[in-house]
This record gives sequence, structure tokens and C-alpha cells, in this order.
Amino acid sequence: MDGVGILMLIYVFVLAIFVGFELITKVPPTLHTPLMSGSNAISGITIVGAILSAGLHEFTVSTILGLIAMIFATINVVGGFLVTDRMLKMFKKK
Amino acid sequence: MRIFIEISYLISSILFIFGIKSLASPKTARKGNFLAALGMFIAIVVTLLDQHVLTYEWILLGFVIGAFAGTWMALKVPMTGMPQMVGLLNGFGGGASMLVAFSEYYKIINFPQFTYDYQTSITIVLSVLIGAVTFTGSLIAFGKLQGLVTGKVVRYPLQHPLNALLLIAVFAGGVYFVLNPSFQWLIISIGIISLILGVLLVLPIGGADMPVAISLLNSYSGLAASATGFVLQNNELIIAGALVGASGIILTNIMCKGMNRSLMNVVLGGWESAGSTGPAVSSVAQKGQVKSVDAEELAMIFDAAESVIIVPGYGMAVAQAQHAVRDLVNVLEAKGKKVRFAIHPVAGRMPGHMNVLLAEAQIPYEKMLAMEEINDDFPNTDIAFVVGANDVVNPAARHDKNSPIYGMPILNVDYAKTVVINKRSLNVGYAGIDNELFFYPNTLMYFGDAKDAITKLVHEIKNY
Repeated sequence: MDGVGILMLIYVFVLAIFVGFELITKVPPTLHTPLMSGSNAISGITIVGAILSAGLHEFTVSTILGLIAMIFATINVVGGFLVTDRMLKMFKKK
Repeated sequence: MRIFIEISYLISSILFIFGIKSLASPKTARKGNFLAALGMFIAIVVTLLDQHVLTYEWILLGFVIGAFAGTWMALKVPMTGMPQMVGLLNGFGGGASMLVAFSEYYKIINFPQFTYDYQTSITIVLSVLIGAVTFTGSLIAFGKLQGLVTGKVVRYPLQHPLNALLLIAVFAGGVYFVLNPSFQWLIISIGIISLILGVLLVLPIGGADMPVAISLLNSYSGLAASATGFVLQNNELIIAGALVGASGIILTNIMCKGMNRSLMNVVLGGWESAGSTGPAVSSVAQKGQVKSVDAEELAMIFDAAESVIIVPGYGMAVAQAQHAVRDLVNVLEAKGKKVRFAIHPVAGRMPGHMNVLLAEAQIPYEKMLAMEEINDDFPNTDIAFVVGANDVVNPAARHDKNSPIYGMPILNVDYAKTVVINKRSLNVGYAGIDNELFFYPNTLMYFGDAKDAITKLVHEIKNY
């Protein structure tokens, strides 16, 4: 990765932070707990990295680390989305 | 294939953005969560097609174990245990980021086709640091909320110098590692120190400050994912992580404002830094008479009232009283009274904690009002009924410059015609100070465990 390459990544990061700020200031306080668990599930996107690590052809220490990362990230993703759905299901109008 | 994968990541990122956008209203929120989950599903499936992914058994094994554990946790956790659950999930996210960064490092060491440069080494250090702090910090937060670790403010000798020293060690080691990336033990040491740092940073934070800690760790878990995205040069990880990072920062900010404290003050631990002197504060409030009522008298008072605002706090969660509160709402509404809820931003142990409990008890969300929406209505309200809240209704925050909570925004329950406070005893709240509200002429104390006391009250009102 060269200097310009990392700058492009920083570009994306900064813009995404701004998008995040815009979106999340509009979430009402009543939904703050589901927001946390739901966004938490989204941060489980690290699962992509875990797949790349655990799926290497040769078995090395990277594979073991990848396997554990895979378990952690899957708990994060599956648990996060399910528990958020469980909560949001309860929010009802009269 | 590469281009197909990248386009899918783009679509997935857009789904995440739409998912969070839909959380702007309870009506669309559930659909939003589904969209985000769909985005995640797409990301996972296309990653399996990546040319570097050649064996699937470890991926499958990890997925099956994780999916089992995640499903079990999500279905088993009671709504009162939601702060712990979110804490734990934050931790897993951070842990995964740390492990992926380590794995990437060993990939570079072991395979000649991968090479590193300064940028890669820097991002690996950052990813390990943020991931490790999030991991152990969240486990401690989980332990505190679950009662496995003391919920009190923990102090240890040389607390601040020690943390500063560790942080400097991580940065110095990080710089050295970037210059000499083949030193394996260096990155391992950075990882271990970061894990210790996570424990030491969260340990001093007291139970009622957990809303801040959990929000901050939520933000870290996002930033950890972003850092991993930098390591892998993957835009989707960066975007998704940044969204979550922003969300956590906003919530942290709201929580800090709700307590009128700076983030530093919370992170460094405890109310003491606000400059309170224990005995002097408590003697102020000891004046005056406490008026206590029983269920029968209280039923009479409620019967005469037209409008009621209920103020729930952590005590309601502890007593699991949300269903009893719902019964109270029903019986009052059946008698034609207007009932609403006033929810302080830091009520409970995480942002929105009270709303989830009330929603669980099938109380419609239109009745739950935020502090700034309802605070002006207290003077026109007959009864403000405080259930298990304390510091967030303490009028000392408005006028007593010596109080450690001075300046904290509070719910103006004392402006209501009558304030009824349900509490188990006259004990102090989290801030460790007496509440002068208990001694006000328009205050009535209704002692007892929230669930039992309110159930009894409902019974009396029905029979009145």
C-alpha cells in the first residue's frame, strides 16, 4: 500500500464518519439501546477479515487466529442482529 | 471476480447506511435492522468467493460455533440484562479485530507473496491496540453490570501514572515495531499491554457511569473494525466501522451531557473529582420531615389526580417492576387519567435502557418522553411518580453549588403538585448524596420493593 492508497482509505473513513453523524443524530432516544446493539452487529463486519484469515490454504498460526476471530465475529453479528430484532419487535404504537 | 466482490461490498455498505437511517423512527426500525443484516449476509457470501479463501472447514467451524452461541445469547438474555449483552458483544467485536490484525501479521511473515510496508505496520498496531482495549474493557464492563466485578468506583495506587506509562509504552513499542516489523515479540507485547490497559481503564468506572462506558466501548468496537479495514485495505470495513464509531461518540456525548460531566471526568473515575465532602452534604438534607404513605392512602391520592408522570430509574430494572408499572398505567387510564413517562438520558445502565424495559411491558412508545420534551409539563401535573430513580430528580443539581451533581440536568419532578417516590429506603443514590427532595413538603415517600409496592397500589386503586 503506498501513500496515496492509504490516503484514499482515510478519505472514505472521514466521509463515513460524517454520514454516521448525520444519520445517528436523527435516532430518537427511545431507540438508543437497539441502536447500540444494531450498530454493534454492524461492527461485526470484521467477520470479513476473519473469513480471509481462516480460509488460507496452508494451515498456520494465522488460521488458528482466524478461527477464533471467526467465532467472536459471528457471535457479534448473529447475536447482535437477533437481539436487536427481539427488542424492536416490542416497540409498538398504541 | 474482484470487481463483482467490490460492487457487492458497495451494495452492502449502502444497506448498512439505509439500515441505520431507518432507525430514525420506531415504525421503520425493524425493517432497518433487517436491511443491515441483509448487507452483512451479502458481505459474508461474497467474501467466501475471494481468491485467497481456499479452505472452508475452519470458516464453517467458526461460524457454527459463533452462530450457536450468538443465537443462544440473543434469545436467552432478559431485557433487564441488555446492558451486559451489549457490553459483551462490543467485546467480541473488538477481540475479533485484534485477532484479525494478528492473523494478518503472521500471514505476512509466513507467506512470501504478502509484503508489508510502514502503512501496513501502523494499521496493524492501531488495530491491535483498539481491538485489545475494547475486548478486555468490555469484558470488565460486562462483569460489572453482571455483578461479577464490583460495580463501585475502583481505585488503585498510581492509577493515572500507570495508565499513562502503559499508553506511552504501547506508542513507543508501536513506533519501534513500524521501523522493525519482523520483531514478533514486539507486536505480541503491544497486544498484551493493550489488553491490560483495557482492564485498568474500565475498572475505575462506577456502575451508574456505565452508560458512558458502554457507549464509549461501542464507539471503540466500531473504530476497531475500521482499523482492521485499514489493515485489509477494505472500504466496507472502514465505512461500517466509521458508522458505528460515530454512533458511539454521539451516544457518549449525550450521556456525558446528561450528567454534566466531561468525558475525562467519567473515564478517570468517580464523582469525587467534582469536589464533594461527604458529611457536609448529607447534613444539609437531614432537615425536615419525611412523609410516608401506604398503598391505601396513595390509591386515594391517585384517584383524585388527573395527570400522572411516571419517572423510572435503575431501581425499576433491578426490581423487574416494568410489568407492574404497566398494570398501574392500565388501571389509571381506565379511570380516565393521563399517564406519561419522563425518561432521563442516563436513567438505567445504558442509553435507552428504560425505554426497552417499558416496551417489553407493552407500553406504547408515544408515552415515553425524553427529558426536554416533558420537563416543562411537570408544573401542570398532579402526580410525579418516581420509581427507583434518585440522583436524576435531585433538585440540589439546580441550586446547591457544593453538590457534586450541581449543574446536572434533572427532571423537574418537584414542580408537580405532588411527588410520590417509591424507594426501598432513604438510602443515597449513586452519587452518594442525600436527596433533599425526600424532605420537600409536596413529597410523599412510598417505601417498598418497586414490584410489590406497585402491585399493591394497583390492587388498592382497582378497589377504590
